[in-house]
Amino acid sequence: MGIVDPTGRAIINGLQGGFPLTSRPFREAGAALGLTEDELIEGVGELIAAGQLSRFGPLWNAVELGGAVCLAAIAVPPARFDAVANQVNAHPEVAHNYERGHALNMWFVVSSEDPARIDAVLAEIERETGLVVHAMPKRQEFFVGFRVEV
Amino acid sequence: MLDAIDRKLIAATQGGLPLVREPYAALADQLGLPEAQVIARLQDLLARGAIRRIGAIPNHYALGFTANGMSVWDVADEEIAEVGAMVGALDAVTHCYERPRHLPLWPYNLFAMVHGRTRDEVRSEVADIARLIGPAARAHEVLFSTRILKKTGLRIAA
Repeated sequence: MGIVDPTGRAIINGLQGGFPLTSRPFREAGAALGLTEDELIEGVGELIAAGQLSRFGPLWNAVELGGAVCLAAIAVPPARFDAVANQVNAHPEVAHNYERGHALNMWFVVSSEDPARIDAVLAEIERETGLVVHAMPKRQEFFVGFRVEV
Repeated sequence: MLDAIDRKLIAATQGGLPLVREPYAALADQLGLPEAQVIARLQDLLARGAIRRIGAIPNHYALGFTANGMSVWDVADEEIAEVGAMVGALDAVTHCYERPRHLPLWPYNLFAMVHGRTRDEVRSEVADIARLIGPAARAHEVLFSTRILKKTGLRIAA
């Protein structure tokens, strides 16, 4: 957990954005990190194999692609928690679901290519669980960075 | 909106770029397009914000950032643009959004996600945010995730 060699660290800290759109991008990006083209390719492959990078490439923005995303929260009675988690997770539009320490103890993200599906899925979950679903759509985005330093 | 070629490009790169010396040429071969067209399309999608960035997508958990705190703040509506921009600029904050309140249960309208190696590290970062915001935040809390119930990525069909 969290053990990364110096090459891995240089790649993770230095390459979270700005990968060149040129014919030999690994050569160019490697030069900035003090790595050869092949060292960078191999280093990225090793980080992916180790699961330390989810992947290497474009991070697509679902909303700009014409889809929609909405965060939602439910206060689930603890005795029903696992059963409700199964009901919520059964919807393919539910991308992430987290248990959190709060009266609103279930937080999930609904995403769809069809924006009209968002409200429909939230209504289906309310009907299936009999619980109030609090929709928390994004009103303004101040920053989405996902940057980490290792 | 996306055309058919954009959708093919998304489908071909959702799992990542080919790890070869000429990744865009490899993609171009796969899609039956000239390399220059693949590069130009990606440049355009990046400029339009359809691609947020190209590069390493870290797995926070595998890198030891196992504490994930959703810090939430009750900020006066007229101050939220300024406060949100300030909080979003912090290195420790990975996402920062304005979302609606659900009174009386949920008075918070500013969400700032903080990742750390430990809960104490996250709490200390949240304390820094509290000092930065000052009296503009009427109340705040940090909600730690105690279990991941589901996690799947965005999937767009070709």
